[in-house]
Amino acid sequence: MQRLAFAVHARGEPELRDVVPALGGLALHFHPDFAGDLVQSALGVVERALDHGLPAPAKVGREVEVPVCYEPEFAPDLAEVARRVRLEPDEVVRRHAAAEYRVLMIGFAPGHAYMGGLHPSLSLSRRATPRPEVPAGSVAIANEQTVVYPYAIAGGWNVIGRTPIAVFDARRDPPSLFGPGDRVRFRVISQSEFQELAG
Amino acid sequence: MIKVLRPGLLMTLQDLGRHGHQHVGLCPGGAMDPVSLALANALVGNDAGAAALELTVLGPDLEFERDTLVALCGAEFEVKLPLNRPVLLEAGTRLAIGRALRGARGYLAVAGGFGVEPVLGSRSTYLPGGFGGLNGRTARRGDVLPLEEDSQEVSRERFSRLKRKNDKTVRWSVPPQTVPEHEPVVLHVLDGQHFASFDVASQRAFLDAVWKIAPDSNRMGFRLEGPKLARAADDEILSGPTCLGTVQVPSSGMPIALMADHQTTGGYPKIAEIVSADVPRLAQLGPGGRLHFARCGLDMAAELRHHNRERLETALRGIAWEYGK
Repeated sequence: MQRLAFAVHARGEPELRDVVPALGGLALHFHPDFAGDLVQSALGVVERALDHGLPAPAKVGREVEVPVCYEPEFAPDLAEVARRVRLEPDEVVRRHAAAEYRVLMIGFAPGHAYMGGLHPSLSLSRRATPRPEVPAGSVAIANEQTVVYPYAIAGGWNVIGRTPIAVFDARRDPPSLFGPGDRVRFRVISQSEFQELAG
Repeated sequence: MIKVLRPGLLMTLQDLGRHGHQHVGLCPGGAMDPVSLALANALVGNDAGAAALELTVLGPDLEFERDTLVALCGAEFEVKLPLNRPVLLEAGTRLAIGRALRGARGYLAVAGGFGVEPVLGSRSTYLPGGFGGLNGRTARRGDVLPLEEDSQEVSRERFSRLKRKNDKTVRWSVPPQTVPEHEPVVLHVLDGQHFASFDVASQRAFLDAVWKIAPDSNRMGFRLEGPKLARAADDEILSGPTCLGTVQVPSSGMPIALMADHQTTGGYPKIAEIVSADVPRLAQLGPGGRLHFARCGLDMAAELRHHNRERLETALRGIAWEYGK
Protein backbone atom coordinates (compact mmCIF):
# COMPACT_ATOMS: atom_id res chain seq x y z
CA MET A 1 0.00 0.00 0.00
CA GLN A 2 2.80 2.38 0.99
CA ARG A 3 4.70 1.61 -2.21
CA LEU A 4 1.63 2.20 -4.36
CA ALA A 5 0.85 5.45 -2.53
CA PHE A 6 4.44 6.55 -2.99
CA ALA A 7 4.36 5.74 -6.72
CA VAL A 8 1.04 7.57 -7.26
CA HIS A 9 2.20 10.57 -5.24
CA ALA A 10 5.48 10.77 -7.15
CA ARG A 11 3.63 10.95 -10.49
CA GLY A 12 1.98 14.21 -9.41
CA GLU A 13 -1.33 13.56 -11.19
CA PRO A 14 -2.91 17.03 -11.51
CA GLU A 15 -6.48 15.95 -10.72
CA LEU A 16 -5.44 14.51 -7.34
CA ARG A 17 -5.22 16.71 -4.28
CA ASP A 18 -4.32 14.05 -1.72
CA VAL A 19 -3.00 10.49 -1.77
CA VAL A 20 -3.53 8.84 1.62
CA PRO A 21 -2.29 5.35 2.42
CA ALA A 22 -3.73 3.49 5.40
CA LEU A 23 -3.59 -0.09 6.65
CA GLY A 24 -6.97 -0.92 5.14
CA GLY A 25 -6.86 0.99 1.87
CA LEU A 26 -5.56 3.85 -0.21
CA ALA A 27 -7.55 7.06 -0.68
CA LEU A 28 -7.26 9.18 -3.81
CA HIS A 29 -8.85 12.57 -3.12
CA PHE A 30 -9.79 14.25 -6.40
CA HIS A 31 -10.00 17.97 -7.00
CA PRO A 32 -13.68 18.93 -6.71
CA ASP A 33 -13.57 20.62 -10.13
CA PHE A 34 -12.44 17.42 -11.82
CA ALA A 35 -15.17 16.65 -14.35
CA GLY A 36 -14.15 13.16 -15.54
CA ASP A 37 -15.36 9.74 -14.49
CA LEU A 38 -13.93 9.24 -10.99
CA VAL A 39 -13.83 5.45 -10.94
CA GLN A 40 -12.21 5.19 -14.37
CA SER A 41 -9.74 7.93 -13.48
CA ALA A 42 -8.83 6.30 -10.17
CA LEU A 43 -8.26 2.98 -11.90
CA GLY A 44 -6.17 4.75 -14.54
CA VAL A 45 -4.02 6.44 -11.90
CA VAL A 46 -3.33 3.12 -10.18
CA GLU A 47 -2.70 1.30 -13.48
CA ARG A 48 -0.19 3.88 -14.67
CA ALA A 49 1.65 3.69 -11.34
CA LEU A 50 1.75 -0.12 -11.50
CA ASP A 51 2.85 -0.12 -15.18
CA HIS A 52 5.68 2.17 -14.25
CA GLY A 53 6.76 -0.23 -11.51
CA LEU A 54 6.52 0.25 -7.76
CA PRO A 55 9.55 1.54 -5.87
CA ALA A 56 11.57 -0.96 -3.84
CA PRO A 57 10.53 -0.98 -0.15
CA ALA A 58 13.92 0.53 0.76
CA LYS A 59 13.21 3.48 -1.57
CA VAL A 60 9.89 4.34 0.11
CA GLY A 61 9.93 7.03 2.76
CA ARG A 62 12.87 8.69 4.45
CA GLU A 63 15.14 7.73 7.32
CA VAL A 64 14.17 9.59 10.46
CA GLU A 65 16.07 9.57 13.74
CA VAL A 66 14.14 10.66 16.82
CA PRO A 67 15.94 11.54 20.05
CA VAL A 68 14.06 10.06 23.02
CA CYS A 69 14.60 10.43 26.74
CA TYR A 70 13.44 7.29 28.57
CA GLU A 71 14.09 8.66 32.10
CA PRO A 72 11.26 8.05 34.63
CA GLU A 73 10.19 11.71 34.49
CA PHE A 74 9.07 11.16 30.88
CA ALA A 75 8.20 7.45 31.13
CA PRO A 76 5.26 7.04 33.51
CA ASP A 77 4.46 3.52 32.27
CA LEU A 78 7.99 2.12 31.83
CA ALA A 79 8.13 0.33 35.19
CA GLU A 80 4.73 -1.25 34.65
CA VAL A 81 5.60 -2.26 31.08
CA ALA A 82 8.82 -3.88 32.34
CA ARG A 83 6.84 -5.81 34.96
CA ARG A 84 4.22 -6.93 32.43
CA VAL A 85 6.74 -8.17 29.85
CA ARG A 86 9.08 -9.57 32.56
CA LEU A 87 12.15 -7.54 31.60
CA GLU A 88 14.29 -4.95 33.35
CA PRO A 89 13.30 -1.36 32.42
CA ASP A 90 16.75 -0.83 30.87
CA GLU A 91 16.23 -3.86 28.66
CA VAL A 92 12.82 -2.53 27.52
CA VAL A 93 14.52 0.72 26.54
CA ARG A 94 17.37 -1.12 24.80
CA ARG A 95 14.99 -3.23 22.74
CA HIS A 96 12.75 -0.27 21.90
CA ALA A 97 15.68 1.86 20.76
CA ALA A 98 17.43 -0.97 18.87
CA ALA A 99 14.67 -1.63 16.34
CA GLU A 100 14.01 0.04 13.00
CA TYR A 101 10.35 1.01 12.65
CA ARG A 102 8.27 1.65 9.58
CA VAL A 103 5.45 4.22 9.50
CA LEU A 104 2.43 2.09 8.59
CA MET A 105 -0.17 4.83 8.71
CA ILE A 106 -0.67 8.40 9.85
CA GLY A 107 -3.98 9.40 11.34
CA PHE A 108 -5.96 10.38 14.41
CA ALA A 109 -4.13 13.75 14.52
CA PRO A 110 -1.65 15.55 12.24
CA GLY A 111 1.70 13.72 12.30
CA HIS A 112 0.35 10.92 14.51
CA ALA A 113 2.27 7.98 13.01
CA TYR A 114 1.51 4.35 13.74
CA MET A 115 4.83 2.51 13.41
CA GLY A 116 5.36 -1.22 13.04
CA GLY A 117 8.51 -3.14 13.95
CA LEU A 118 8.24 -3.30 17.73
CA HIS A 119 10.25 -6.18 19.23
CA PRO A 120 7.69 -9.01 19.78
CA SER A 121 8.80 -9.31 23.42
CA LEU A 122 7.48 -5.77 24.02
CA SER A 123 4.05 -6.42 22.55
CA LEU A 124 1.33 -5.75 25.12
CA SER A 125 -2.19 -4.41 25.28
CA ARG A 126 -3.15 -0.79 25.94
CA ARG A 127 -3.64 0.50 29.46
CA ALA A 128 -6.90 -0.58 31.07
CA THR A 129 -7.80 3.07 31.73
CA PRO A 130 -6.59 5.70 29.26
CA ARG A 131 -4.79 8.72 30.69
CA PRO A 132 -6.85 11.93 30.41
CA GLU A 133 -3.82 13.73 29.01
CA VAL A 134 -0.59 12.40 27.54
CA PRO A 135 2.01 15.17 27.02
CA ALA A 136 3.06 16.10 23.47
CA GLY A 137 6.11 14.14 22.29
CA SER A 138 5.31 11.10 24.45
CA VAL A 139 6.63 7.86 22.97
CA ALA A 140 4.30 4.96 23.64
CA ILE A 141 3.80 1.30 22.75
CA ALA A 142 0.83 -1.04 22.41
CA ASN A 143 0.17 -4.23 20.48
CA GLU A 144 2.99 -4.51 17.92
CA GLN A 145 3.33 -0.79 17.33
CA THR A 146 4.86 2.38 18.67
CA VAL A 147 3.62 5.97 18.38
CA VAL A 148 4.78 9.49 19.25
CA TYR A 149 1.95 11.75 20.44
CA PRO A 150 2.00 15.01 18.41
CA TYR A 151 -0.20 16.94 20.85
CA ALA A 152 -1.21 16.65 24.48
CA ILE A 153 -4.28 14.43 24.16
CA ALA A 154 -6.01 11.61 26.00
CA GLY A 155 -4.44 8.25 25.26
CA GLY A 156 -4.34 4.64 26.35
CA TRP A 157 -0.94 3.61 25.02
CA ASN A 158 1.90 2.74 27.42
CA VAL A 159 4.19 5.77 27.66
CA ILE A 160 7.88 4.83 27.94
CA GLY A 161 9.68 8.02 26.90
CA ARG A 162 9.42 11.45 25.35
CA THR A 163 11.04 13.35 22.48
CA PRO A 164 11.77 17.08 22.69
CA ILE A 165 11.27 17.40 18.91
CA ALA A 166 7.91 18.76 17.67
CA VAL A 167 6.09 15.97 15.84
CA PHE A 168 3.95 18.41 13.86
CA ASP A 169 4.74 22.09 13.42
CA ALA A 170 2.64 23.88 10.80
CA ARG A 171 5.32 26.57 10.42
CA ARG A 172 8.15 24.09 9.78
CA ASP A 173 8.99 22.67 6.34
CA PRO A 174 8.07 19.87 6.18
CA PRO A 175 5.51 20.28 8.97
CA SER A 176 5.35 16.59 9.89
CA LEU A 177 8.32 14.78 11.45
CA PHE A 178 6.99 11.53 9.97
CA GLY A 179 5.72 10.69 6.49
CA PRO A 180 4.07 7.52 5.19
CA GLY A 181 6.53 4.66 4.86
CA ASP A 182 9.34 6.42 6.73
CA ARG A 183 11.94 4.24 8.45
CA VAL A 184 12.31 5.44 12.02
CA ARG A 185 14.97 4.89 14.70
CA PHE A 186 14.94 6.14 18.27
CA ARG A 187 18.17 7.47 19.82
CA VAL A 188 18.49 7.37 23.60
CA ILE A 189 19.23 10.78 25.08
CA SER A 190 19.80 12.03 28.62
CA GLN A 191 17.63 14.47 30.52
CA SER A 192 20.14 17.26 29.97
CA GLU A 193 20.20 16.61 26.22
CA PHE A 194 16.40 16.62 26.27
CA GLN A 195 16.40 20.07 27.91
CA GLU A 196 18.99 21.31 25.41
CA LEU A 197 17.05 20.09 22.37
CA ALA A 198 13.78 21.37 23.83
CA GLY A 199 15.40 24.82 23.97
CA MET B 1 -10.13 46.69 11.68
CA ILE B 2 -13.16 44.99 13.18
CA LYS B 3 -13.53 44.93 16.94
CA VAL B 4 -15.19 41.93 18.59
CA LEU B 5 -17.57 43.25 21.26
CA ARG B 6 -19.16 39.82 21.85
CA PRO B 7 -17.84 36.74 20.05
CA GLY B 8 -21.03 34.67 19.76
CA LEU B 9 -20.58 30.94 19.48
CA LEU B 10 -17.52 29.47 17.76
CA MET B 11 -16.57 32.28 15.39
CA THR B 12 -13.48 31.39 13.33
CA LEU B 13 -11.77 32.53 10.15
CA GLN B 14 -12.15 30.00 7.34
CA ASP B 15 -11.29 29.79 3.66
CA LEU B 16 -11.34 26.78 1.32
CA GLY B 17 -8.83 24.88 3.47
CA ARG B 18 -5.28 23.53 3.16
CA HIS B 19 -4.91 20.68 0.73
CA GLY B 20 -2.17 18.18 0.02
CA HIS B 21 -1.36 17.24 3.62
CA GLN B 22 -3.77 14.39 4.33
CA HIS B 23 -0.98 11.82 3.95
CA VAL B 24 0.60 13.27 7.11
CA GLY B 25 -2.71 13.29 8.94
CA LEU B 26 -3.77 16.90 8.41
CA CYS B 27 -7.33 17.28 7.14
CA PRO B 28 -8.11 20.09 4.66
CA GLY B 29 -10.46 21.86 7.11
CA GLY B 30 -11.82 25.16 5.82
CA ALA B 31 -15.40 26.43 5.64
CA MET B 32 -18.03 23.88 6.65
CA ASP B 33 -20.25 25.35 3.90
CA PRO B 34 -17.91 26.42 1.08
CA VAL B 35 -20.88 27.29 -1.17
CA SER B 36 -22.07 30.06 1.16
CA LEU B 37 -18.46 31.19 1.64
CA ALA B 38 -18.05 31.53 -2.14
CA LEU B 39 -21.27 33.54 -2.44
CA ALA B 40 -20.30 35.90 0.42
CA ASN B 41 -16.87 36.46 -1.10
CA ALA B 42 -18.25 37.11 -4.58
CA LEU B 43 -20.75 39.63 -3.17
CA VAL B 44 -17.90 41.81 -1.85
CA GLY B 45 -15.77 41.29 -4.97
CA ASN B 46 -13.31 38.79 -3.44
CA ASP B 47 -11.99 35.56 -4.92
CA ALA B 48 -14.05 32.52 -3.83
CA GLY B 49 -11.13 31.30 -1.70
CA ALA B 50 -10.67 34.40 0.46
CA ALA B 51 -11.02 33.94 4.22
CA ALA B 52 -14.25 35.04 5.91
CA LEU B 53 -15.72 34.77 9.40
CA GLU B 54 -17.62 31.55 9.96
CA LEU B 55 -20.44 32.13 12.45
CA THR B 56 -22.06 29.20 14.22
CA VAL B 57 -25.68 29.22 15.49
CA LEU B 58 -25.21 32.42 17.54
CA GLY B 59 -23.60 35.45 15.90
CA PRO B 60 -21.27 38.11 17.33
CA ASP B 61 -21.47 41.85 18.04
CA LEU B 62 -18.90 43.64 15.91
CA GLU B 63 -17.71 47.23 15.55
CA PHE B 64 -16.30 48.39 12.22
CA GLU B 65 -13.55 50.98 12.56
CA ARG B 66 -13.50 51.91 8.87
CA ASP B 67 -15.97 51.94 6.00
CA THR B 68 -16.26 48.27 5.11
CA LEU B 69 -18.11 46.48 2.34
CA VAL B 70 -19.54 43.28 3.82
CA ALA B 71 -21.85 40.42 2.89
CA LEU B 72 -23.45 37.86 5.20
CA CYS B 73 -24.50 34.60 3.54
CA GLY B 74 -25.51 31.11 4.59
CA ALA B 75 -27.73 30.74 7.65
CA GLU B 76 -30.45 33.34 8.17
CA PHE B 77 -29.30 35.19 11.30
CA GLU B 78 -31.36 37.63 13.38
CA VAL B 79 -29.66 40.88 12.35
CA LYS B 80 -30.44 44.39 11.14
CA LEU B 81 -28.44 43.86 7.99
CA PRO B 82 -29.84 42.91 4.61
CA LEU B 83 -28.65 39.33 4.02
CA ASN B 84 -27.17 37.80 0.88
CA ARG B 85 -26.10 41.10 -0.69
CA PRO B 86 -23.24 43.60 -0.46
CA VAL B 87 -23.68 46.31 2.18
CA LEU B 88 -21.35 49.25 2.78
CA LEU B 89 -21.04 49.74 6.55
CA GLU B 90 -19.84 53.17 7.68
CA ALA B 91 -16.94 53.60 10.05
CA GLY B 92 -18.21 53.23 13.63
CA THR B 93 -21.08 50.88 12.74
CA ARG B 94 -21.99 48.39 15.45
CA LEU B 95 -23.45 45.21 14.06
CA ALA B 96 -25.33 42.91 16.46
CA ILE B 97 -25.87 39.45 14.99
CA GLY B 98 -28.23 37.23 16.99
CA ARG B 99 -29.38 33.65 16.59
CA ALA B 100 -29.57 31.68 13.37
CA LEU B 101 -33.29 31.35 12.60
CA ARG B 102 -32.76 29.02 9.66
CA GLY B 103 -29.55 27.12 8.95
CA ALA B 104 -26.58 26.95 11.34
CA ARG B 105 -23.55 28.60 9.73
CA GLY B 106 -23.10 32.08 8.33
CA TYR B 107 -20.20 33.59 6.42
CA LEU B 108 -19.34 37.25 6.86
CA ALA B 109 -16.99 38.33 4.08
CA VAL B 110 -15.29 41.74 3.88
CA ALA B 111 -13.94 43.40 0.74
CA GLY B 112 -10.21 42.72 0.42
CA GLY B 113 -10.30 39.90 2.97
CA PHE B 114 -8.67 39.56 6.39
CA GLY B 115 -5.05 40.52 7.02
CA VAL B 116 -3.78 37.31 8.58
CA GLU B 117 -0.84 35.26 7.33
CA PRO B 118 -1.63 31.95 5.62
CA VAL B 119 -0.27 28.83 7.33
CA LEU B 120 0.46 25.93 4.96
CA GLY B 121 -1.25 27.87 2.19
CA SER B 122 -4.50 28.65 4.02
CA ARG B 123 -5.98 31.18 6.46
CA SER B 124 -8.39 28.57 7.86
CA THR B 125 -8.47 28.09 11.60
CA TYR B 126 -7.58 24.54 12.61
CA LEU B 127 -8.71 24.38 16.23
CA PRO B 128 -7.35 20.91 17.19
CA GLY B 129 -3.86 21.89 15.97
CA GLY B 130 -4.04 25.45 17.27
CA PHE B 131 -2.89 27.16 14.07
CA GLY B 132 -4.26 29.20 11.18
CA GLY B 133 -6.73 32.11 11.23
CA LEU B 134 -6.62 34.03 14.51
CA ASN B 135 -3.65 32.15 16.02
CA GLY B 136 -5.51 28.88 15.73
CA ARG B 137 -8.41 29.81 18.00
CA THR B 138 -11.96 31.11 18.02
CA ALA B 139 -12.54 34.87 18.22
CA ARG B 140 -12.84 36.33 21.73
CA ARG B 141 -14.31 39.48 23.22
CA GLY B 142 -11.87 42.36 22.68
CA ASP B 143 -10.14 40.82 19.65
CA VAL B 144 -9.31 43.21 16.84
CA LEU B 145 -9.68 41.41 13.53
CA PRO B 146 -7.12 42.74 11.08
CA LEU B 147 -8.24 43.81 7.60
CA GLU B 148 -5.96 44.56 4.67
CA GLU B 149 -4.45 48.05 4.99
CA ASP B 150 -6.36 49.50 2.03
CA SER B 151 -9.67 47.85 2.98
CA GLN B 152 -11.53 51.20 3.22
CA GLU B 153 -10.45 52.30 -0.29
CA VAL B 154 -11.15 48.82 -1.68
CA SER B 155 -14.60 48.81 -0.02
CA ARG B 156 -15.60 52.23 -1.41
CA GLU B 157 -14.20 51.55 -4.85
CA ARG B 158 -15.98 48.19 -5.16
CA PHE B 159 -19.26 49.60 -3.89
CA SER B 160 -19.05 52.39 -6.46
CA ARG B 161 -18.78 49.80 -9.23
CA LEU B 162 -21.98 47.98 -8.26
CA LYS B 163 -25.07 48.40 -10.46
CA ARG B 164 -28.68 48.74 -9.31
CA LYS B 165 -27.99 50.12 -5.83
CA ASN B 166 -29.44 52.55 -3.36
CA ASP B 167 -27.66 54.40 -0.55
CA LYS B 168 -25.66 51.65 1.20
CA THR B 169 -26.71 48.43 -0.43
CA VAL B 170 -28.17 47.01 -3.64
CA ARG B 171 -31.71 46.30 -4.81
CA TRP B 172 -31.10 42.63 -5.38
CA SER B 173 -29.94 39.62 -3.39
CA VAL B 174 -28.62 36.13 -4.08
CA PRO B 175 -30.74 33.29 -2.67
CA PRO B 176 -28.96 30.86 -0.33
CA GLN B 177 -28.18 27.47 -1.92
CA THR B 178 -27.54 25.26 1.08
CA VAL B 179 -29.89 26.45 3.85
CA PRO B 180 -32.78 23.99 4.39
CA GLU B 181 -36.32 25.07 3.54
CA HIS B 182 -37.66 22.37 5.85
CA GLU B 183 -36.51 19.36 7.82
CA PRO B 184 -35.73 16.51 7.72
CA VAL B 185 -33.14 17.36 5.09
CA VAL B 186 -32.54 14.56 2.58
CA LEU B 187 -28.87 13.70 2.07
CA HIS B 188 -27.75 11.32 -0.66
CA VAL B 189 -25.35 8.58 0.37
CA LEU B 190 -23.24 6.00 -1.40
CA ASP B 191 -22.82 2.61 0.27
CA GLY B 192 -19.83 2.79 2.59
CA GLN B 193 -17.01 0.25 2.43
CA HIS B 194 -18.60 -1.76 5.25
CA PHE B 195 -22.31 -1.23 4.47
CA ALA B 196 -22.82 -4.91 3.65
CA SER B 197 -21.29 -6.01 6.96
CA PHE B 198 -24.11 -4.35 8.97
CA ASP B 199 -27.04 -6.59 9.82
CA VAL B 200 -30.07 -6.20 7.58
CA ALA B 201 -32.11 -4.49 10.30
CA SER B 202 -29.35 -1.90 10.75
CA GLN B 203 -29.01 -1.33 7.02
CA ARG B 204 -32.75 -0.72 6.85
CA ALA B 205 -32.80 1.44 9.99
CA PHE B 206 -29.97 3.59 8.66
CA LEU B 207 -31.96 4.43 5.54
CA ASP B 208 -35.42 4.58 7.18
CA ALA B 209 -34.71 6.61 10.31
CA VAL B 210 -34.94 10.35 10.75
CA TRP B 211 -31.60 11.19 12.40
CA LYS B 212 -31.05 14.05 14.79
CA ILE B 213 -27.79 15.98 15.20
CA ALA B 214 -26.52 15.47 18.77
CA PRO B 215 -25.44 18.50 20.84
CA ASP B 216 -21.83 17.30 21.14
CA SER B 217 -21.26 17.71 17.40
CA ASN B 218 -18.50 19.98 16.15
CA ARG B 219 -16.34 20.88 13.14
CA MET B 220 -14.72 17.43 13.30
CA GLY B 221 -17.93 15.43 13.10
CA PHE B 222 -21.67 15.37 13.64
CA ARG B 223 -22.97 12.67 15.99
CA LEU B 224 -26.32 11.32 14.88
CA GLU B 225 -29.05 10.27 17.31
CA GLY B 226 -31.38 7.51 16.20
CA PRO B 227 -31.60 3.72 16.23
CA LYS B 228 -28.46 1.88 17.33
CA LEU B 229 -26.65 0.23 14.43
CA ALA B 230 -24.87 -3.11 14.67
CA ARG B 231 -22.72 -5.19 12.38
CA ALA B 232 -23.58 -8.79 11.55
CA ALA B 233 -19.94 -9.84 11.78
CA ASP B 234 -17.68 -8.56 14.51
CA ASP B 235 -14.41 -9.12 12.65
CA GLU B 236 -11.71 -6.53 13.18
CA ILE B 237 -11.47 -3.70 10.69
CA LEU B 238 -8.13 -2.37 9.52
CA SER B 239 -7.85 1.40 9.86
CA GLY B 240 -8.65 2.91 6.50
CA PRO B 241 -8.75 6.34 4.91
CA THR B 242 -11.73 8.56 5.65
CA CYS B 243 -13.20 11.44 3.74
CA LEU B 244 -15.35 14.52 4.21
CA GLY B 245 -18.86 13.07 4.54
CA THR B 246 -17.86 9.57 5.63
CA VAL B 247 -20.41 8.11 8.05
CA GLN B 248 -18.66 5.80 10.50
CA VAL B 249 -20.21 3.75 13.27
CA PRO B 250 -18.20 3.27 16.48
CA SER B 251 -19.01 0.43 18.87
CA SER B 252 -21.67 2.59 20.58
CA GLY B 253 -23.75 2.06 17.42
CA MET B 254 -24.25 5.82 17.09
CA PRO B 255 -23.10 7.05 13.66
CA ILE B 256 -20.75 10.01 13.18
CA ALA B 257 -20.68 12.03 9.94
CA LEU B 258 -17.17 13.37 9.36
CA MET B 259 -17.05 17.11 8.73
CA ALA B 260 -14.37 19.66 7.72
CA ASP B 261 -11.87 19.02 10.55
CA HIS B 262 -12.20 15.23 10.37
CA GLN B 263 -9.49 12.67 11.04
CA THR B 264 -7.82 11.47 7.84
CA THR B 265 -7.93 7.77 8.76
CA GLY B 266 -10.07 5.74 11.10
CA GLY B 267 -10.70 2.25 12.38
CA TYR B 268 -14.49 2.34 12.68
CA PRO B 269 -16.70 0.62 10.10
CA LYS B 270 -17.93 3.00 7.41
CA ILE B 271 -21.61 2.50 6.66
CA ALA B 272 -21.99 5.30 4.09
CA GLU B 273 -20.40 8.21 2.28
CA ILE B 274 -22.48 11.39 1.99
CA VAL B 275 -22.10 12.68 -1.58
CA SER B 276 -19.90 15.79 -1.79
CA ALA B 277 -22.76 17.90 -3.19
CA ASP B 278 -24.80 17.36 -0.02
CA VAL B 279 -22.14 17.94 2.67
CA PRO B 280 -22.56 21.76 2.67
CA ARG B 281 -26.30 21.22 3.24
CA LEU B 282 -25.52 19.01 6.23
CA ALA B 283 -23.24 21.78 7.54
CA GLN B 284 -26.31 24.03 7.69
CA LEU B 285 -27.94 21.81 10.33
CA GLY B 286 -27.34 22.75 13.96
CA PRO B 287 -27.79 20.64 17.10
CA GLY B 288 -31.24 19.04 16.98
CA GLY B 289 -31.37 19.38 13.18
CA ARG B 290 -33.10 16.44 11.48
CA LEU B 291 -32.03 14.52 8.40
CA HIS B 292 -32.80 11.47 6.37
CA PHE B 293 -30.48 9.43 4.14
CA ALA B 294 -31.32 8.42 0.57
CA ARG B 295 -29.19 5.74 -1.04
CA CYS B 296 -27.78 6.56 -4.48
CA GLY B 297 -25.09 5.47 -6.93
CA LEU B 298 -21.97 7.12 -8.30
CA ASP B 299 -23.77 8.44 -11.40
CA MET B 300 -26.32 10.26 -9.26
CA ALA B 301 -23.54 11.61 -7.02
CA ALA B 302 -21.70 12.98 -10.06
CA GLU B 303 -24.92 14.49 -11.42
CA LEU B 304 -25.68 16.24 -8.13
CA ARG B 305 -22.13 17.57 -7.99
CA HIS B 306 -22.37 18.86 -11.56
CA HIS B 307 -25.80 20.40 -10.95
CA ASN B 308 -24.69 22.21 -7.77
CA ARG B 309 -21.52 23.42 -9.47
CA GLU B 310 -23.58 24.90 -12.33
CA ARG B 311 -25.99 26.56 -9.92
CA LEU B 312 -23.13 28.15 -7.94
CA GLU B 313 -21.36 29.28 -11.11
CA THR B 314 -24.53 30.85 -12.48
CA ALA B 315 -24.92 32.83 -9.25
CA LEU B 316 -21.25 33.87 -9.30
CA ARG B 317 -21.55 35.04 -12.93
CA GLY B 318 -24.62 37.06 -12.02
CA ILE B 319 -22.75 38.78 -9.18
CA ALA B 320 -19.75 39.47 -11.42
CA TRP B 321 -22.13 41.12 -13.92
CA GLU B 322 -23.44 43.43 -11.18
CA TYR B 323 -19.83 44.48 -10.64
CA GLY B 324 -19.54 45.27 -14.34
CA LYS B 325 -17.25 42.34 -15.05
